[in-house]
Amino acid sequence: MPEKTVNIMIGGAAGQGLATVGQLLTKSLIRSGYHVVVRQDYMSRVRGGHNTYIIRASVDEIYAPREAMDFLVALNQETVDLHLNELGDGGLIICDEALDSKGRPGLSISFKDLAPKPIFQNVAALGLLASLLGLDRDVPAKLLTDTFTKKGEAIVKQNHEVLDAAYAWVAEQNAGIEPLAPVPAPVKRLMMGGNEAIALGAMAAGVKFCSFYPMTPATSVAQNLITHGRELGVVVEQVEDEIAAMNMAIGASYAGARSLVPTSGGGFALMTEGVSLAAVAETPLVCVVAMRPGPATGLPTRTEQADLNLVLYAGHGEYPRAIFAPGTVEEAFRLAHRAFDQAERYQSPVFVLSDQFLADSFRSVEPFDTRSLPAPASPLKEWAGEGPYERYAVTDSGVSPRVIPGFSETLVVGDSHEHTPDGHITEDIEMRIEQKQKRLRKGCGLWEDVVAPSYIGPESPDVLLVSWGSTKGAADEAAMDLRADGVQAASLHFSQVWPLKLDQFAAKFDAAKKIVVVEGNATGQFAALLKLAGAQYTGLVLKYDGRPFTPEYIVTALHKSGALEA
Amino acid sequence: MVKIEDYGEFTTSWCPGCGNFGIMQAVRQALLAQDIAPHQFVYVSGIGQAAKAPHYLRSNMFNGLHGRALPVAQAVRLSNTNLPVLVSSGDGCSYGEGGNHFLAAVRRNVNMTLLAHNNQIYGLTKGQASPTTMTGQVTKTQPLGVAATPFNPVAVAVAMKCSFVARSFAGDTEHLAQMIELAMRHEGFALVDILQPCVSFNKINTYAWYKERCVNLPDDYDPTDWSVAMQTADKFGDEIPLGLIYKQDRPSYETHIPQLANGPLAQAATDFDALDRVLEKFV
Repeated sequence: MPEKTVNIMIGGAAGQGLATVGQLLTKSLIRSGYHVVVRQDYMSRVRGGHNTYIIRASVDEIYAPREAMDFLVALNQETVDLHLNELGDGGLIICDEALDSKGRPGLSISFKDLAPKPIFQNVAALGLLASLLGLDRDVPAKLLTDTFTKKGEAIVKQNHEVLDAAYAWVAEQNAGIEPLAPVPAPVKRLMMGGNEAIALGAMAAGVKFCSFYPMTPATSVAQNLITHGRELGVVVEQVEDEIAAMNMAIGASYAGARSLVPTSGGGFALMTEGVSLAAVAETPLVCVVAMRPGPATGLPTRTEQADLNLVLYAGHGEYPRAIFAPGTVEEAFRLAHRAFDQAERYQSPVFVLSDQFLADSFRSVEPFDTRSLPAPASPLKEWAGEGPYERYAVTDSGVSPRVIPGFSETLVVGDSHEHTPDGHITEDIEMRIEQKQKRLRKGCGLWEDVVAPSYIGPESPDVLLVSWGSTKGAADEAAMDLRADGVQAASLHFSQVWPLKLDQFAAKFDAAKKIVVVEGNATGQFAALLKLAGAQYTGLVLKYDGRPFTPEYIVTALHKSGALEA
Repeated sequence: MVKIEDYGEFTTSWCPGCGNFGIMQAVRQALLAQDIAPHQFVYVSGIGQAAKAPHYLRSNMFNGLHGRALPVAQAVRLSNTNLPVLVSSGDGCSYGEGGNHFLAAVRRNVNMTLLAHNNQIYGLTKGQASPTTMTGQVTKTQPLGVAATPFNPVAVAVAMKCSFVARSFAGDTEHLAQMIELAMRHEGFALVDILQPCVSFNKINTYAWYKERCVNLPDDYDPTDWSVAMQTADKFGDEIPLGLIYKQDRPSYETHIPQLANGPLAQAATDFDALDRVLEKFV
């Protein structure tokens, strides 16, 4: 019987083109109608080292990477040596005949014969895999046409020849590999990574300015704004340092441009004085923090969820903020859009926490209906209210009318000091209290606008898995696996991690026998926040080895900890 | 027509006799000469006594953080190229804390004017050495005298071929107003380094000290000659040349960004057709 799911690891050195093979195959699978989850694992090097690109594809919806591989595509010997033990039962190794497959069953290929030049080996590998999986040859062929047409017809033709050779070779082998079960009615989906979705969500919200200093894994947010920004009128400036990035974004926002700052923990550490400035100057700002393991340089290309506290407490002084943590690529799009609305609505910094896993994880996503998105809040261009304009007018909501300068005779002041309602420096006690309370009152509005956590599973579970951010998929699937094993398991995912609104989830906590918080750090930062909000958990599953969660990891950890015993 | 009263009258927190008063008078004169009304420009600053200047002038203003005036100011200008942008910043702010931003701003060449109130001391924090304090000068925090070589902002700016570099003196308001006006009319990043006596904490570089040394550049001085400008910029001793020291006309950064041709960024609506076209690339 054809398989409904496949898990493929492509491994090799940086510079060997494994990401190209991976992306072409991912897109071919998505165009063929499969659901896909990609996990990328790479080293902090330009060439060499050891990287993997792991594609899990399925006829059914899937949410997370899995551990046991069906295929290990080794572009070098190191991949065989390092990952052979990750092949599941019946797993096959696919590699060049020159490599030693250590007696494991698989396909030994003469890439030399399939590809006229080494540059075409990627396409040969794509053809082999697509053919083995049973993808219609026209799908990768059209993809190659789409990809290489701009390089000329000759190149397209050569690519097609290599693809055909690969398909023909597989047909001759009679390798006995079951193809993937076909998708009955393929639906049009997009292939998109987390950071791409954040950039697109920002563009849908009307982002106009982005300043950044390059840092993995945040750079791709800026890169996507650069790639598509000219068409959408986004100005992206690569600046001298992170401090400039944050302050520039604030300046642009003051002048009326919706502003985005993408960075990672190390860069964000430098930006925090500017976060504080955005807060007191009441300037809207969206900051994307793509987390990677720290402290300091840490594991520069790996993943972790350890910067929640940094973002939650970033900047000196006290002020309200909202922190979103998308769990999927779709959420990355929607929450980036929402972040701009909230930033403008509350005239304060709003954060989107991504991480390396989500940033680089391509998924199959339904096309977005961009026209149905609510228009984000907007500033005024002129003061038409009663009395003289006061930028920091004291209001019940704490939100003052925000006018942007240069469009009318209204004078607009922004100030980093404590200030009078009209924006000038003050040391007055009453004024200080009034302005501080006004700013804090914005927190009430943010509180009313919190995105509720999402819940999947039976109503009174024996175990409730609580996750936030990119851990969603693994936690959801772990709960599914447990249910398949007869355990009453549910999952609760927070895509907004601050503010926390207890009445949105207290009932779920009360109904569960055991509540296990699953997060990618060593100290249970979100669990501690839950406790602060008044929610009691019973256990933790933590991971801080720089690699993302898998459902298997969570289930194993639950068994080990005894959390599944009655 | 704009009147000088339009810029308002304010009580300041500056010491009596502070050089900042002369600078603010010159700023008013320069704005008036260009007929720029308070709502027609943005005045940006960082932290320090100089940085309070925008609070003492009716205008659009953004008073940000120490050393960070330039990133804010450049972004304001990039977001709305209809607005002239003026920055008031001290030597500690622009040459110390914000040194990297200063270098980057010179390179980037956004059309704006930096007025560096250079009093060669930290005034607001009561008298520590600044990047421009002279070697050997004794302060409470440098009791053995400053060991470091002073930063020469004018020489650095000329060395980097900053598109407009002038030096003036807070004690000569006419000259200063003229330099500010020239700087604001210049297309590109313009530095006006302003020698400014700190009457409370710098007992060396006083009005008398500067007056004794400051010499206006001769009428036939050619500010487009880089080698001459480097030699002129290097002079800071018995003779301190004042005036437009170096100038190089080149396109400002704004002209390099096609997205800005459509007017202020705040005015641009989201192009959903374009967005949908972009999304199709992900199929």
